[in-house]
This record gives sequence, C-alpha cells and structure tokens, in this order.
Amino acid sequence: MTEPMIRLDKLTKTYRGQPHPAVDQVSMDMPRGEIVVLVGPSGCGKTTTMELINRLIEPTSGRIFLDGEDVTNADPDALRRRIGYVIQQIGLFPHFTVAENIATVPKLLGWDKRRVGERVDELLDMVGLEPSEFRGRYPKQLSGGQRQRIGVARAMAADPPVMLMDEPFGAIDPITRDRLQNEFLRLQQQVQKTIVFVTHDIDEAIKLGDRIAILGERSQIAQFDTPAAILSNPASPYVEDFIGAGASLKRLHLSRVGDVGLDTGAPTARIDGDVAAARERLRSSGRAALLLLDADGRPQRWVDAGDLEGSDLSSAGEPVAAVVQAGATLSEALNEMLTSNAGVALVVDRSGGFQGLLDFETVMVATRSAPEFYRAAKVPS
Amino acid sequence: MDFYEYLTDNAEPLFEEAVDHVMVVAMSIGIALVLGCALGVLAHRSARLRPMILAVSSTLLTIPSLALFAMFIPLLGLGTPPAVVALVLYALLPIVRNTVVGLGSVDRGVLQAARGMGMGSWRRFLRVELPLAWPVVLTGVRVSTQVVVGIAAIAALVNGPGLGNEIFRGLRSLGSPFALNLVLGGTLGIVVVALLFDAFFILLRRVTTARGIR
Repeated sequence: MTEPMIRLDKLTKTYRGQPHPAVDQVSMDMPRGEIVVLVGPSGCGKTTTMELINRLIEPTSGRIFLDGEDVTNADPDALRRRIGYVIQQIGLFPHFTVAENIATVPKLLGWDKRRVGERVDELLDMVGLEPSEFRGRYPKQLSGGQRQRIGVARAMAADPPVMLMDEPFGAIDPITRDRLQNEFLRLQQQVQKTIVFVTHDIDEAIKLGDRIAILGERSQIAQFDTPAAILSNPASPYVEDFIGAGASLKRLHLSRVGDVGLDTGAPTARIDGDVAAARERLRSSGRAALLLLDADGRPQRWVDAGDLEGSDLSSAGEPVAAVVQAGATLSEALNEMLTSNAGVALVVDRSGGFQGLLDFETVMVATRSAPEFYRAAKVPS
Repeated sequence: MDFYEYLTDNAEPLFEEAVDHVMVVAMSIGIALVLGCALGVLAHRSARLRPMILAVSSTLLTIPSLALFAMFIPLLGLGTPPAVVALVLYALLPIVRNTVVGLGSVDRGVLQAARGMGMGSWRRFLRVELPLAWPVVLTGVRVSTQVVVGIAAIAALVNGPGLGNEIFRGLRSLGSPFALNLVLGGTLGIVVVALLFDAFFILLRRVTTARGIR
C-alpha cells in the first residue's frame, strides 16, 4: 500500500482544567487524493481533530505525518501554507479584492507578481467566475455562493496537496448548497486533492465522501469506511443511529444512473419519419410502446399501436416524462419517476440524446433491499 | 473699538496663536494615538489587563483640567511640556476605548482564516486586524481631538502656547473695553481650529479606509 497523505498517530488534545481529553488517542490514515469526511454530532471533537492537522490547535501528545514527513514540530506557519483551509464563515478579507484574497498564500510564499496574477485568473476560471468581471470586486459585492467559491479558490491558490474544509457549505441555502457540492465534486475530479472535510450532516458526508469517519465522543472513531460499506454494514448501534432511518434509500445517492444496467431494447423512431416503418418496428419488437426521437436523438413522445394509426406523429401519443441524465443519482431518477408517475425513466446523455430506459426493477436490484424500497415507493413525494 | 476692528487689527498675532494651538494639539494627539493604540491592543489581547487599562484612562478624564495642568509643573516646569503631557492624558480614553472596540469587532472568521493560511501574528495584525479596526480607531482620535482642542485653551495657565492666552488676557483685564473682544477672539479662534481638525479627519478617514469596507 502506498504511503497515506495524512497519518494521525494516537493524537490527543487535553485542554487545561478539563478532566477528559477533547480528542483521545485518534489514529487514522487518510489516503492520497481522497475526500475523507469526519462526521459526528456537535461537540464530538471533529473540528478539533481537523485543526490538529494544521496545528491551529497544538496536540498534547501523538504525532502528525504529512506525506510521510513528521510535521508535529514543524514551523506552524510554513505548515499551514502547504495546507488549504476553508471554514464555514469563509472569512474572506473584506478590505481585499477577490484577486488579493486569492493571492494571499502565493504572496506569503513569495511568488512573483506575474505568476500570482496568472494563478488568480486560472483559479477564477476553475470555480466558474469570469476573471475580468470578478478580479477587482470586494467580498461585499458577492453573493453567498460566489463568496464560497472564492473561499475554495483561495484555499487552492498555492496548489496545496491537502485541503481542510470545516463545514464549508454549512451557511448556504439548500439549493445553492446542492449546486456547490456538485461543482466541488467535479472540481475534485480535476485536482485530486487529499481533502479532510468536517460536517455534522450525514447526507452531505455520504454524497461527498470517498471515505467517512463517524466520530463519537472525544473524537473516537466509531467506523471508518466507504459510504457504501457504512450504509450496508454499520459497525455498531451508534453508527446505525447516526445514519438514521432509510440507509437503503441513502444508498440510492451513491449509485449513478449510468452505472446500472439500462434497458436499451426499446424501439425508437424519428418523430418526422415514416409512420408505416415505425408501426412495423413496434410490432416486431414485441413491446407495448415506441419512443419517438427528434433529429438530434432527444426523446419526444411515447406512442402505442393505436397512436400509430394516424399519419401525423408530431402530436400522437403522450409527451415523455421522467427524463434524467446518465450522471444523475438513482435517488434523483427515482424521484423523477415518482413525481411524473412514469413507470420508467428515460436516460439521456449530456446533450440530451437517448441512451436507454431505467425501470423500477433495476433500481430495486441496485438497492439490494427490496422491502424498504417498496415502503418508500408507496410514500407520495 | 468693535469686534470686527479688533479682529482685523490683531489678525497676525491671532493667526500665530492659532498655529501654536494647532501644533500643540497635533503633537498631543500624535503621541496619544501611538500610546492609546498600544494600550488598546494590550487591553484587547489581555482580558486581565483590560479592566485596569480602561479604568485608569477613564479616571484620567475625571481629573479637573486645571488641576491636571498644574500637577505637572513641579516635574516639567512651565510652558509646552506640561501642556502636552496633560493633553495626551486627556486624549487617551477615546482612543484606547475605540481601539479595543475596533479590534473586538473584527470578524473572528476572518482572523481564523488568516491564521489557517499561515499568516504570522505580526502580519495578521498589520494587514488584517489594524486596517479593519482603523475606521473605529480613527473615530476615537477625532473625538479626542475635539476634546483636546477645547482643553488646550487652559494650557495658557501653565504658560502653554495657543489661543488660550488670548482668552486669559481678556479675563485678566475684565472691565477694560478690550476684555470681551479678547475672550471672543480666542474662543472664535478655537471654534475655527476645531472645525478645521474635524474636516481634516473626515478627509483622512476617506483616504485611509480600505475601499472594501468603506
């Protein structure tokens, strides 16, 4: 096995005047390029554990290794410049422009002006903000979501191999949060950092984590594993309790539509094509309905044999419902199917081209826990 | 002789005294700014020293000005030195208090982020804490200046410079036809000096406050 990026060895923090340590003998290996989520109830010491890594809090005992190097006694300021850091309040400097904020660590490291300027523009591009428009703005001229993006860009400025993120999406409205989480995952695919992510929200942990550490009191690790393993095999009643009800439903968040077997046998025809040919195709397929696609292969309408008696296909049958992208989670697809009252979801690629069908049965197989799924499916959404 | 005539006849000495007045105030405020900021930072950092520092600077303000000026004569003699020392002591409280308030109002998240990115404590203070607290500190300096411009008139009692001399000359010659003119002239001069200082601070605040927090 390769060297872990971060290794905590029996890390302990005892505050003066307190009988119990806040963090007690925590040992953990965090693999390179993965998102490790520390999740637990308030006051369990997850933030303290994270802040021990960049030594914002000095450990009472134990050792910290970064990329194989013992940094327990390294110069804290130099160490922190190697580790990206994002907190819930974001903490942008209100008197600095966006560019100056992002440039903070590169300037501390003594980069020359041109290199800093190029890096700032590159990062703004990366987080989806137009450099010419945002470079000179001040934090108060940004929306919450934009501030959050700048916070992430600032943490990545000097290209640190490790990032620490303390509830970075905690203070953002649910819709923006969801979008930022997706952007964050896409970004991580590009940059492949080792990320330690603290949250109290198990759903966020499941969505973002490659690995989740569920922490109990004094930061004791109750279980440290992949989200799928934790959901299907909670190590203790405590973990089970923390995951909450509906572990199988939560597992739906983990699989993507594109990863399960799609039904690609459905008969299709061009909506502006020949009716007789379409009728023949439907008959020979042995299915009950045929899918009409437009010139770009995007699904338009469902038609059955009766609808194909007429000569104009453009208004025949029913318009399609429950169209989902291949990158969507099973949970999203299921939600679409329940909402639109359709028995199947139509799976399309990025440009909307038809790829195949996803039915309830496939989703059920993916959850491997049919009873619970059925119960959930009966609940109106 | 009416007041207008008095003014035109004595324009030059009045102007000179006004300049002296400005100088003594500026010097006192300059010293008080450095001292007050230092004490303010100390009070902000140490919860133990804070009540002590604030109590002492509040008490200073309650000493009658006449007594305070006289108190330093045995130590510093007459003239500008005792005047400046007394004025510095008077100027301290608003500056110290506003420094404490200003530093305390800096967003903790901002400081935490700065520390987490590896900014050393000095850099954090000079680049983040001080610029963000600065508008509040400057407001304290402005209040101090207003207080001190008035009190500086009493410095004439210890042979200090400034427009106070005009007023005391008037008070000494009460009953004479010039008395009222002298007192009025000195007072008017002080009001003008106070207004000029205030205008200066409005301008200074504009120029020295970072754009993002204006």
